[in-house]
Amino acid sequence: MPEEPKRINMVQAINLALREEMQRDGNVIILGEDVGTDGGVFRVTDGLMKEFGPERVMDTPLSESGIVGTAIGMAVYGLRPVAEIQFMGFIYAALDQIYAHAARIRSRSRGRYSCPLVVRTPYGAGIKPPELHSESAEAFFCHMPGVKVVVPSTPYNAKGLLKSSIRDPDPVIFLESTRLYRLIKEEVPADDYTVPLGKARIVREGRDVTVISWGSMLHRSLQAVEGIDAEVLDLMTLNPLDEETIFKSVRKTGRVVIVHEAPKTCGFGAEISAAIAEDAMLYLKAPIMRVTGYDAVIPLPRLEDYYMPTISRVRKALEEVIKY
Amino acid sequence: MPESIIESINVKRLEILDVNGDVDSSLMPALSDNEIKRMYELLVLARTFDERALHLQREGRLGTYAPILGQEASQIGSAFALEKTDWVFPSFREMGVYIAMGYPIHMLFQYWGGDERGLITPSDLNIFPICIPVGTHIPHAAGAAIAAKHKGDKVAAVAYFGDGGTSKGDFHEGFNMAGVFKAPAVFICQNNQWAISVPRQRQSASKTLAQKAFSYGFEGIQVDGNDIFAVYKATKDALKKAKSGNGPTFIECFTYRMTHHTTADDATRYRKDDEVASWKPRDPVLRLKLFMAKKGLWTEQYQKETEDKAKVIIDKAVSEEESIKPPFPGDMISYTYEKLTPRQAKQIKDF
Repeated sequence: MPEEPKRINMVQAINLALREEMQRDGNVIILGEDVGTDGGVFRVTDGLMKEFGPERVMDTPLSESGIVGTAIGMAVYGLRPVAEIQFMGFIYAALDQIYAHAARIRSRSRGRYSCPLVVRTPYGAGIKPPELHSESAEAFFCHMPGVKVVVPSTPYNAKGLLKSSIRDPDPVIFLESTRLYRLIKEEVPADDYTVPLGKARIVREGRDVTVISWGSMLHRSLQAVEGIDAEVLDLMTLNPLDEETIFKSVRKTGRVVIVHEAPKTCGFGAEISAAIAEDAMLYLKAPIMRVTGYDAVIPLPRLEDYYMPTISRVRKALEEVIKY
Repeated sequence: MPESIIESINVKRLEILDVNGDVDSSLMPALSDNEIKRMYELLVLARTFDERALHLQREGRLGTYAPILGQEASQIGSAFALEKTDWVFPSFREMGVYIAMGYPIHMLFQYWGGDERGLITPSDLNIFPICIPVGTHIPHAAGAAIAAKHKGDKVAAVAYFGDGGTSKGDFHEGFNMAGVFKAPAVFICQNNQWAISVPRQRQSASKTLAQKAFSYGFEGIQVDGNDIFAVYKATKDALKKAKSGNGPTFIECFTYRMTHHTTADDATRYRKDDEVASWKPRDPVLRLKLFMAKKGLWTEQYQKETEDKAKVIIDKAVSEEESIKPPFPGDMISYTYEKLTPRQAKQIKDF
């Protein structure tokens, strides 16, 4: 008999996914800074070292490139490492390992080797931290053929997507919104369900405008569309992109607003916008609008709220495309 | 309170076979005459491969190639100590390692000819595809070694890199990981004195590269990299240590790159002929030949047979490589992920 679903937050849901996958497969191991005894700075890996021991939940030196590089060696050897980079702002030190190696091993060896690696990292603004603790650099990774990019927005999906990511045969960058970690609770079954990668979900159906978002900005988008007949898409996986779901919605509504936290220039919204322009242009009744972070360094907490797209900025864009 | 010394290190250098072909018998590893002959034949084969690769490159039949001339003993001596089950993480100047491990030679020409399929390591070997960005594969060896330990496999992971590689951040991060987790890893640096045009002294102010290992909590040793017996013994000992749970070792093979960095380089721009000439008497192949001659294992006839045999093997590999059909262009897309993405499925229709 499966246990009754419990109402849990995203931290607990991710913890549950890790625990279940570690129970299912002895090759799944966790490595990163403070992930063991401390249970991670956000407590995402809390209790796992106690349950699985220090050889499967490895507190590593403070060494982002080393963590990812070591995890690559483990993955190619046959383990299923889940590496944690403590904040997305520190993943930059590991970009070389991700792009020059994790992304290319399958191609470089023409399929002889693969790299089933998950790199989890908290991303995004909204928790008033020091510099480089608020980054939304998802677009970098979307530009790396060979890497998948996953961004959950709810506890239920976080669990199912992480399980799929761990089982995926290719490297996955798994972005966890710090703002969402404890913001929402929902029922998350204790059974072994997965949410497939590469599929977007329609959070809310509507006829007048399509709002496309992911991660933390999904929730702002949902607040912004109140009273509007908007269809809201949660991409969940950015790469590979579920164009089919996007085009289907655009063909229905003819209007698009894309909302993301990262800077506008070369943000992932540009890719979505271009894809729509290429394949669904004739269905558009208004220009595609992007509501994004500014083309600026993400500020310290005093200005954080001004940086992130606000409900009113999203609302304004919605009104503009509907009026157009 | 007086100051006290809390740590001191001693860096060893190992030499067994000297330039005259004489050995220190107290250090000589156990090798049968047949094994010594096999080593020599591999040295000749690797050198024959190298010469042919340079010719083929000049004829436009291979792309840019990184020659191994002068470094054969470091490569063959170390690889000779490896088991096929060990994991090897090579850089781009390791053709001698590949040849000693029994890698199909036509696939090496295929790779240098610009075809990724040359890196499809046969299933009985665990050689990771060649790492181009210098030193960045060092953490991979640490990771594979930790994984082997985790699974209880009696294998070691061995990374090959050059003196330039020791300046990289990933050298530090990989060594640090290997030391902390007591990984069954062996790190082999072929210090060939030059990273393209930058001399060894510009890579590090450290007296030796070997001594760097001690700051990661494991032993580093310098060996005469042109002495095949010293390289073999150091590697053999390091592998034994790794597989018995005693952690990593760093071996600095002190050798010399006798020619250009690659076929795209001109070494006369930055180093003197005198320096190159001074290394000629230290040639690794010559040295083993002198030893074998003294032992009665080498004759003119044997030399001729060995060279002929190598030539036949290389000729066959070249013609085998040339008979391979060109790759399907869509392969560049197909191997990005296990399955094509919806976009890739459209893109591949271009081919």
